[in-house]
Amino acid sequence: MSGVRVLVGTSKGAFVMSADGARRDWRIEGPFFEGWEIYHVKGSPVDPNRIYASQSTGWFGQIVQRSDDGGRSWDTVGNQFAYDGVPGTHQWYDGTPHPWEFARVWHFEPSLSDPDAVLAGVEDAALFRSTDAGASWAELSGLRNGGTGSRWQPGAGGMAVHTIIQDPTNAQRIYVAISAAGVFRSDDGGATWTPKNRGLASGEIPDEDAEVGHCVHRIALHPSAPETLFIQKHWDVMRSDDAGDSWHEVSGDLPTDFGFVVDVHAHEPETVYVLPITSDSVHYVPDGKLRVYRSRTGGGEWEPLAKGLPQEHCYVNVLRDAMAVDRLDECGVYFGTTDGHVFASPDGGDSWQAITTSLPRVLSVEVQTLA
Amino acid sequence: MSAIRVVIPTHLKTLAGVSGEVTLEVAEPVTTARVLDALEARYPVLVGTIRNPETKARRAFVRFFACEEDLSHDPTDNVLPAAVLSGAEPFFVIGAMAGG
Repeated sequence: MSGVRVLVGTSKGAFVMSADGARRDWRIEGPFFEGWEIYHVKGSPVDPNRIYASQSTGWFGQIVQRSDDGGRSWDTVGNQFAYDGVPGTHQWYDGTPHPWEFARVWHFEPSLSDPDAVLAGVEDAALFRSTDAGASWAELSGLRNGGTGSRWQPGAGGMAVHTIIQDPTNAQRIYVAISAAGVFRSDDGGATWTPKNRGLASGEIPDEDAEVGHCVHRIALHPSAPETLFIQKHWDVMRSDDAGDSWHEVSGDLPTDFGFVVDVHAHEPETVYVLPITSDSVHYVPDGKLRVYRSRTGGGEWEPLAKGLPQEHCYVNVLRDAMAVDRLDECGVYFGTTDGHVFASPDGGDSWQAITTSLPRVLSVEVQTLA
Repeated sequence: MSAIRVVIPTHLKTLAGVSGEVTLEVAEPVTTARVLDALEARYPVLVGTIRNPETKARRAFVRFFACEEDLSHDPTDNVLPAAVLSGAEPFFVIGAMAGG
């Protein structure tokens, strides 16, 4: 029987959770890498046994771990992320030039076709690629050196490439998102990049139509509709139907359009999930109620999904990399909270069950659908 | 060569797969830089965890102690205290106290 494996990164280690296709009974392994911040754990879609984990602390820096047996055992691989050439400066919080300094890997995106190839989005914002399963890393410096890098500025959490999306129908097309610079697209495999922020209309920056400076929190794409993208921005849920060339707002009737996560149903390209957060100054769910919102119309019209989720005295956040969907016939949806819950819905969001309730702060959730 | 006793923090012991102190053969003159060179040569997984792999600058939240002295801000080519060279005292790599 098919099943799933949920990969959870937390502020104090990683956890691997597995279940059969019913997704009701879970086996939890971990913590792996105890005491370290695990920003992201993600498996190769080509070889599900190959998994990459970003392990870091402010004390001892960046470690990259790789498993070749589905997360049972791990080996350290390359952790040298050297910027290409003289890295120059970006803007600091006060607007002054600040040297580019590597801090950590926020996100791994394994190749859709090659189990040895993987992209890494890092802080300070840059994109790296490994073609030897993480042993060595080379910067795709066309992103940072594309002409706008000196104007990029960090958000409160730092300045990082936190989202990487590969077009499943066009191996040359890659999207990244940077807080707080915006969306960038490459049509030549990552060599050159163009800002794709037209229409984001960010009211919290001096020029809402600026070429860069937008705080995009997360992008999602459905494989069968690769020209359609959804963004959960700092404020606003946005949609593009032309591969990011233009954007329009689809926040519609959400109770608040601030949030971090967005994802798309595995089999329904117009079914979208977000998790509204009260505001930019109040980073927890509104009204003490934990509710996922689902749109079956590609945005605009949203319905709350609350069955099985706490509906009183709940004051948690769900961070940008902490929602995922599986690809089983009945799509499963997963998310993790800043108070250490991991929730699963085996029925597309209609009902929810806590896989576990007392982990450290959840930083990321990914899911692998296993044959 | 001198046999230098080195104590590393728990997280780095886990990465290196060691428990307790490690003893390193270090060429004289024995300096902080040479001890770290020997440590990284024995345990390559530690490269980048204590100092920048290119500039060799100490990471901000790492400290070097020996003989009840903080050597963190001393030049790394200073010769270590005699008690470290003789093996009477270890050289400590410490994760600095931070946070709450």
